[in-house]
Amino acid sequence: MKGIEMSKNPPPAAAMATLAPPRLRYGRVLVALALLAALALPQFVGSPAHQNTAILVLMAAQLGVAWNIVGGYAGQVSLGHVAFYGLGAYTSTLLLTVAHWNPWLAMLAGGVLAAAVSLMIGWPCFRLKGHYFTMATIAVAEIVQIVFTNWEFAGAAVGLTIPMDEQGWAAMVFADKAPYYYIALGLLALTLLVNFLIERSYLGFYFRAIKDEPDAARSLGVSLVRYKQVAFAVSSFFTALGGSLYAQKELYIDPVSVLGTGLSIKMALVSILGGIGSLFGPVIGAGVLTMIDEGTRMLFGGSGRGTDLIIYAALIIVIAVYYPTGVVGWVRRFAQRRQARRQRKAEGEQV
Amino acid sequence: MSFEILVQTLASGLLIGLIYALVAVGLTMIFGVMDIVNFSHGEFLMFGMYGSFWLYALFALDPLFTLPLTALMLFALGVLVYRLVISKVIHAPMVSQMFSTFGLMLLFRGIAQFLWKPDFRTVDQSVVTGNASLAGIQLGLPQLTAGVGAILVTVGVYLFLTRTRAGAALEATAADKDAARLMGIDSQKMFALAWGIGAACAGVAGGLLSTFFPIFPEVGANFILIAFVVVNLGGFGSVMGALLAGILVGVIEVMGGLLLGPQYKLAVVLVLFLAVLMFRPQGLMGKA
Repeated sequence: MKGIEMSKNPPPAAAMATLAPPRLRYGRVLVALALLAALALPQFVGSPAHQNTAILVLMAAQLGVAWNIVGGYAGQVSLGHVAFYGLGAYTSTLLLTVAHWNPWLAMLAGGVLAAAVSLMIGWPCFRLKGHYFTMATIAVAEIVQIVFTNWEFAGAAVGLTIPMDEQGWAAMVFADKAPYYYIALGLLALTLLVNFLIERSYLGFYFRAIKDEPDAARSLGVSLVRYKQVAFAVSSFFTALGGSLYAQKELYIDPVSVLGTGLSIKMALVSILGGIGSLFGPVIGAGVLTMIDEGTRMLFGGSGRGTDLIIYAALIIVIAVYYPTGVVGWVRRFAQRRQARRQRKAEGEQV
Repeated sequence: MSFEILVQTLASGLLIGLIYALVAVGLTMIFGVMDIVNFSHGEFLMFGMYGSFWLYALFALDPLFTLPLTALMLFALGVLVYRLVISKVIHAPMVSQMFSTFGLMLLFRGIAQFLWKPDFRTVDQSVVTGNASLAGIQLGLPQLTAGVGAILVTVGVYLFLTRTRAGAALEATAADKDAARLMGIDSQKMFALAWGIGAACAGVAGGLLSTFFPIFPEVGANFILIAFVVVNLGGFGSVMGALLAGILVGVIEVMGGLLLGPQYKLAVVLVLFLAVLMFRPQGLMGKA
């Protein structure tokens, strides 16, 4: 399909205003404050267990933000993102242990590989609509898991270990948690920044058009498949970086930990819980979900009778049914209502 | 590879394929009528298995004889799920629909784990046991019974859809919800009916499986992906397509296991799935 190419210039401001998500007031101040608080956190939280929880939140947030690019903005729901996470983790770990690469470079290579694979998958899959695409991603993730579980070179079911004998920033291996915290924070900030830039560029406009008005977008000459692929590749790249970070932090990966189906769900859930298609939604979602996760596990997990699973599942259903726009949507609605009330009041005074 | 092994493998693939077909019939019906992917379908099967198991363990009733009861229980569960959850997301975005059934899947697994512990359970004494020898190939009698049962139920559902007024109303709703409503068909009722029948089919499949398959809270995971493949290959909404595709998938699965090793069984089926998605997304018998 060869249509008329749309100009790369940003679309008219009026169109942008209707398609761009509404912004909170004082947004920048809030972001700066949050960043400062996040930077200072390890100074105040000394216990490794709590630091670890903080890292988990950051990592979950980063994955959610990455997922959101394709799942939220472009509206292509992938439930197989763990394939890219695993590819990142395995690529960097193998390059590190077999070829003795620098871990930072290996991480980047994992991201590039994952993006390349996503292009290969996306080319046929993005011709599929809705459910079909989602099911294809599940199948791909499942196949990747089966391959790695049986691949001797990649440690098969036993997994791979990263040696601890070299430590420091060059080796990306640390004895304490704080450096991992800062790497996770940096990665999250980078992913958010890229997301932010996409949101404001013509790409973000195309993504939202693909999601909300695919037929109109196509009739204007936007190549749906191409821009879906761009979203998928960027998303996969950052998901893979997250996988490599996990490998460096745990120093051990196996098919269950980096290719498990539950993780794909979690990436999507973090976005949905926080607010699908919004910049900071997944960050909020990650905080809430990790708290619920750890909380229910602490309160009910010991029984081994699935109570934590029941609460987690009930929560998913309640969110899906009653709060499909997540925390961000909920706050926005609240703000809109307040604004409307104020407006009405002002009008009343005028009369 | 000897000829006997080949025939034996094909036969066992055919039998498990019939079960796949029955699981997929319920799924395809729900999808066909209301365009919702039910991730919790494997859990309907799991509840069917536990239903049969407890009727057997507590009242010494054979799973084969309690099938109608299992079907009835699951029908009620399906309708309940529709009324309580699904009816509220009919007009919601696709993500909400997916995650609501996905949440149900996890919820049902959690409930099963809570009530019955994660142990493996088996029905060890059933009316049909042992093997039948047919022209040199050995077939397990429970599997054979299950296969025959699956065919009967699948054909029954097909006849219901094509020969009864309620079935016609269901098909009409699947074809065009709004037009059907103008003809006086209550689409809410039809959706509930589809969920009821869909769940009942999975429940019966569970009952049939319970005599030769271990029963545990996550057993549905073994079937849901394959059921998706079958539904897709058969064409969303097509009962006869599901029957055909079920058999095909069963045979391909065991042949893949025979040729590449059992660990790649599922991978072979999934590759087939992707190939179908690419080249014939409407499936074998689906409408384009």
